[in-house]
Amino acid sequence: MLHQLLFIPLAAVLLGAGAAGAETTLLNVSYDVARELYKDYNVVFAKHWKQVSGETVTINQSHGGSSSQAMAVVNGLEADVVSMNQSNDIDLIATRGNLLPTDWQKRLPNSSAPYTSTQVFLVRRGNPKGIRDWDDLVKPGVQVIIPNPKITGNGRYTYLAAWGAVLKKGGSEAQARDFVTRLFKNVPILDSGGRAATNTFIQRKIGDVLVTFENEVLLIKKEIGGDQFDVVYPSISILAEPPVAVIDKVVDKRGTRRQAQAYLEYLYSEEGQEVAARHYYRPRSDKVLRAHAADFPPLKLFTVNEIFAGWQNAQKVHFADGGLFDQIYVKQ
Amino acid sequence: MNLFARRSDVLPGFNLALGFTLLYLSLIVLIPLSAVFIKTASLTWEAFWTTVTGSRVLASYRLSFGASLIAAVLNATFGLLVAWVLVRYEFPGKRLVDALVDLPFALPTAVAGIALTAVYAENGWIGQWFAAVGVKVAFTPLGILVAMTFIGLPFVVRTVQPVLEDIEHELEEAAACLGADRLQTFRRVILPAIAPALATGFALAFARAVGEYGSIIFIAGNMPMVSEITPLLIIAKLEQYDYVGATAIASVMLVFSFVLLLLVNLLQGWSQRRRAG
Amino acid sequence: MNATATLALNRTIAATATSETAWVRATLTAVALIFLGLFLFVPLFAVFYEALKKGASFYFAALSEPDAWSAIKLTGLAALISVPLNLVFGVAAAWAIAKFEFRGKQLLTTLIDLPFSVSPVIAGLIYVLLFGAQGWFGPWMQAHDIKIIFAVPGIVLATIFITFPFVARELIPLMQAQGAEEEEAAQVLGANGWQIFFRVTLPNIKWGLLYGVILCNARAMGEFGAVSVVSGHIRGQTNTLPLHVEILYNEYNFTAAFAVASVLALLALVTLVLKTWVESRSKEYKRTDPLPEAPQP
Repeated sequence: MLHQLLFIPLAAVLLGAGAAGAETTLLNVSYDVARELYKDYNVVFAKHWKQVSGETVTINQSHGGSSSQAMAVVNGLEADVVSMNQSNDIDLIATRGNLLPTDWQKRLPNSSAPYTSTQVFLVRRGNPKGIRDWDDLVKPGVQVIIPNPKITGNGRYTYLAAWGAVLKKGGSEAQARDFVTRLFKNVPILDSGGRAATNTFIQRKIGDVLVTFENEVLLIKKEIGGDQFDVVYPSISILAEPPVAVIDKVVDKRGTRRQAQAYLEYLYSEEGQEVAARHYYRPRSDKVLRAHAADFPPLKLFTVNEIFAGWQNAQKVHFADGGLFDQIYVKQ
Repeated sequence: MNLFARRSDVLPGFNLALGFTLLYLSLIVLIPLSAVFIKTASLTWEAFWTTVTGSRVLASYRLSFGASLIAAVLNATFGLLVAWVLVRYEFPGKRLVDALVDLPFALPTAVAGIALTAVYAENGWIGQWFAAVGVKVAFTPLGILVAMTFIGLPFVVRTVQPVLEDIEHELEEAAACLGADRLQTFRRVILPAIAPALATGFALAFARAVGEYGSIIFIAGNMPMVSEITPLLIIAKLEQYDYVGATAIASVMLVFSFVLLLLVNLLQGWSQRRRAG
Repeated sequence: MNATATLALNRTIAATATSETAWVRATLTAVALIFLGLFLFVPLFAVFYEALKKGASFYFAALSEPDAWSAIKLTGLAALISVPLNLVFGVAAAWAIAKFEFRGKQLLTTLIDLPFSVSPVIAGLIYVLLFGAQGWFGPWMQAHDIKIIFAVPGIVLATIFITFPFVARELIPLMQAQGAEEEEAAQVLGANGWQIFFRVTLPNIKWGLLYGVILCNARAMGEFGAVSVVSGHIRGQTNTLPLHVEILYNEYNFTAAFAVASVLALLALVTLVLKTWVESRSKEYKRTDPLPEAPQP
């Protein structure tokens, strides 16, 4: 037994981790709350790929706050594919890291977003603070848990959703700014990822309301927290379109372009869409969406393009260093 | 031509041993540590000062250092008691207890972290008694104190034990003959004898608790300004790719660690001289 | 009274005068045990209790899961590399410090102790500063396609740093106490350097060496903070056992997290047993050693 234990690490050292062979490995660098989705999807895709090509493919995952993950890829984390929650993070990899072309978004249908989500609220059982809509989040004494907009797409979507909600109800830009300022004053802790924010709310029992992706809220309600929490859908919210992309430089170096491309394309297939719906992501396929209609109430949604003239503009105005978020959130 | 005078001109291997030692030390420890200071030096004095004295950073210092201090005091008091009981008394299972005192040395910090969180949460075995009187332990600074006490527990016990074992019985008998009761004997004969060891253990427990990460982050609330320890703040800055900010705070912690290390070395020297004398 | 009875009475008086009353003893023991219970025994027990909550088959399934198994292998690899390296270093440093006189010895000893006082997070940070893509050697690394950060070598480096002083700290005072007389005697009798080391020094220090190796290994396998900073958290590739525990815990898979944690806890208990055994053997060894202890320098 002992010499077995010695052999394995020695072999690993000699052969190199993840060495080529009859097996291919892919690394999917993803954002925090997509853990369960990809755990499931990877099994489904591996089976499909084996049937189609006869090859065995292993997909490794890495999860964290989306921008932190994007920076990690820029800094050398060898991702074959990335699955982020907003296009900015992939744009960052394209412009800062030169790892894929800047028009990457056109390469897959629906702006490279195979599924969608939105921002909704999760409150404690019975909703003791009576939180029904965005306006209730800025009431004094309400503590809101939102992950850090500087390093998570999740937090950015919430910020933009709050801002857009004010505009859509006829408010001015100044009123929107004031609203968002008051919102973040009610945030006691800015976690580094969506899942970390969930932990803060559920485990550490901090906060009265958690604002996060719908798929995370439904995951908590239906699987983890059950009847300790209630889901609250605001009157209006933002459409989140989590995009995916192949990282050209990496797949060309590792010779995994075929598999990586197929991996992402299969997300759009019926089976892939079914996996997404099972994990509470709104699928693009109408057929699958209808089949899961019970999970997904109809919502009034606006898009980032509509209100903010696209992600790149939103990033520049609000989230870049010195932008509006930095100005309104007194960094302590 | 050697730069160093050797006591033993006879034994071989000095150059090889010292050379390898210095090379390995530089490569693994000195050069990487210097990277922190060199990176920090890229900041102007003002920028550095603003970074390391921001209110969130100050709050984290207060928490890290303050809680470590309290935990070290707890460990000094109860560690002394544990050492006393282990050296002086007999009870069933004593050898087992003695061996288990070293558990915080051997147990991985992440394991300690989740175990302490489970036990001291509101519905945990010990946490529920506190919750019954309205005191929350897990996810508050109190929880951080618990984790820091755990991590520093063996230090005082293990530094005081050998000294207690070595105390001459005759001293206590003489004190008794002169009319001292046990408390007086303890205060005036035994305590001075173990003071250096106690101080050393205290300093070691303090130093360990200040820098500790793994066992604390699970049970801490991690709320800025309230329950965020300094190592976590460094990681938060790293995640935002604010390398310069992270290294600035790290350099403050390093300077403090060095000072504490020197202090511990001095205390250990004092302790050794006391025992030899 | 005869002499024996007087002596016995004297001993009893001496004993009662220099020890506490029974109830004081009992109270102090109870308080000490409660303190240890609150901070040590209960948490330790909780690890195993939570691990086995869902039954034995779940426990073994959690451990044989591919990601867990990769984590076990990576942890083993990190220890397998860092412990021998630090062992060689410890011996070299102790040899230079204990058997020779030179200026700056105290400074060297203090420098060797540095990793003990550095926070694990900083231990990870320094290697990111050196080898991260924006670090000193980052561009060079990328040009030559060498990966350190976010890969196994970074984890090994961080582990080496953290466990750097363990063996040295055990050997230095031990070899200092033993002095250089035996080695010098061997030299006079014609032994060369390696013979002196292997046949004279090594037998004298073997228990201290073993003790240091045991502690070094325990820390290497259990390190969390430093490794967390340099790892890419790539499941199945750059997650050690402690990191894997964290991932499971953050995914609300508590029982599995405790199951993996229990493996580490068992390892800790084995470490404690070995430690106690080595301590008792080395005490025995000292008692049967015919040579007197060398005078302190």
